[in-house]
Amino acid sequence: MRRIDYKLIEDLVPQGATVLDLACGDGELLSQLIRDKDVRGSGVELSKEAVEACVGRGLSVFHGDLDAGLRDFEDGSHDVVILSLSLQQLRRPRMIVREMVRVGDTAIVSFPNFAHWTARAQLFFRGHMPVSRELPYKWWDTPNIHLCTISDFRTLCREEGLSILQEQYLRSVNKPAPPRVVAPNLMARIAIFAVTRS
Amino acid sequence: MTAAKSTERKEIGDVAMGLGADAGSAGIVRTKKVTFDQPGQELALEGGGTLAPFTIAYETYGKLSERKDNAILVTHALSGDAHVAGLHGARDKRPGWWDMMIGPGKGLDTDKYFVISSNVIGGCGGSTGPASENPASGRPYGTDFPIITIPDMVNAQVMLVDHLGIDKLLAAVGGSMGGMQVLEWAVAHPHRVHLCVPLATAARQPTQAIAFNEVGRQAIMADPDWRGGHYYGGKSPAKGLGVARMIGHITYLSDAAMQEKFGRRLRDVHDYSFTFSADFEVETYLRHQGLSFTNRFDANTYLYITRAIDYFDLTRRRGTLVQVFRDVTARFLVLGFSSDWLHPPYQLKEIVSALRATHKHVSYYEVESHYGHDAFLLEREKMEGIIAAFLASGARTFVRQAG
Repeated sequence: MRRIDYKLIEDLVPQGATVLDLACGDGELLSQLIRDKDVRGSGVELSKEAVEACVGRGLSVFHGDLDAGLRDFEDGSHDVVILSLSLQQLRRPRMIVREMVRVGDTAIVSFPNFAHWTARAQLFFRGHMPVSRELPYKWWDTPNIHLCTISDFRTLCREEGLSILQEQYLRSVNKPAPPRVVAPNLMARIAIFAVTRS
Repeated sequence: MTAAKSTERKEIGDVAMGLGADAGSAGIVRTKKVTFDQPGQELALEGGGTLAPFTIAYETYGKLSERKDNAILVTHALSGDAHVAGLHGARDKRPGWWDMMIGPGKGLDTDKYFVISSNVIGGCGGSTGPASENPASGRPYGTDFPIITIPDMVNAQVMLVDHLGIDKLLAAVGGSMGGMQVLEWAVAHPHRVHLCVPLATAARQPTQAIAFNEVGRQAIMADPDWRGGHYYGGKSPAKGLGVARMIGHITYLSDAAMQEKFGRRLRDVHDYSFTFSADFEVETYLRHQGLSFTNRFDANTYLYITRAIDYFDLTRRRGTLVQVFRDVTARFLVLGFSSDWLHPPYQLKEIVSALRATHKHVSYYEVESHYGHDAFLLEREKMEGIIAAFLASGARTFVRQAG
């Protein structure tokens, strides 16, 4: 099953771009980008198993911890830097967004929207931490330590002086994007932002 | 293929499998030799002059494919030799120095790949070195042996690879000084190697490592038995070489590894002896390492090889590291080791960054280990999978393009 969020990210990446995919996992998105967009792509990943999977697919991957920043990457060395559904797992999300726009001309960040109405309803009516397809963990074992909303992310962009080039919304990683989302901070489960330095 | 004579009879198949060896072992192997003594086979040396004739000792494991597209050269470190895997006989207790990585089903799978390992020139494991006979005098070279460099070692390996009829290596793999050779292969012979796996190494020998090597050399040269390097036939400078090895050995370990392995434990005594004998286990260990090394290694080779390592600088006469890598075609998997303080991970990341700057295909992995520099000889499980994956995916993109 082809992931719709990957498709939307792909649409934001120019043909032949130099792409760095942070927390690239087993390299699925990178492989797609190389195949479909002929990008010059490489990834950063912390898990040994994921690095091994990337290397096995013939991808360039750098073993590193995003919480330490992107110190091994030069300013402006990439056209696009991607962080797909991992922002909320990082210790220093603000620092990594800053690093992304330092290393790349454009940063593409996707994240689960914590203000989706189902999350709000769980908190409001049931009084417990939201659990959903996108955020399937219990509060005590979740790797998601920095959850945010679409509105929060816009605030971060403003504070960092970043221009938002595009915002895309999804109800699911597996369902086609609705043509128009009214009140995305309430209705979107996943948001994809493309940002750049102003 | 160059005309060179094999000084030893070639057997049917290079490796006799499974004779008294464990499953997964490369089996019983024999060191072979090739001597380059024909006109045009002189080895022109970076420091000037030539080496001729010269012999290379080598071993091979597995079978060279019909298309000759599965050859992997494994390059050795300071104290290594051609015997990288398997055993030399059914009763041999000591397998080759990287046996954990090479054999059927292992990281460098000899069921798939044809693995070649040779002793460097200047060595004392069968290749021509300072203990070899100087044709000019009929006596061992000693310090009349020319200074050799990492590029010289690699040029000799190229001749070996030619001799074996291989246009292009699938891969060159090696740690420490072996990693330097791997880098030199990629830069000086860009069309003759497809994959490069340098481990625990640097693009130029770092200052601290030169410093340790210099102390080792001084220890050897201060030994009265060294006699200016012309000690063959007499007593060898074992004391000096032993001290050099002890110093080297310390740099291969780490604070944590030493603490764990020895602590402050005493050896064979219940209390301090209040003498200068080896009370501490770490002392006994180092003395043993020093002594056993002198039984298998030549002091002059130690001088020559540490010199070659110290001189190693990929950027020498080639510009910046980024410029150096411009014409590289090989794909890289670079491995660093977290507690290695001889070649700390930053030195490997420097290689990675320079390759990335010219958009080369490069992956980096840092092995978490407390074994220090020696980790590349010990941490099989932490690196075998990734190396195997790299070789397998790289083999699919192998293109013959000898140039």
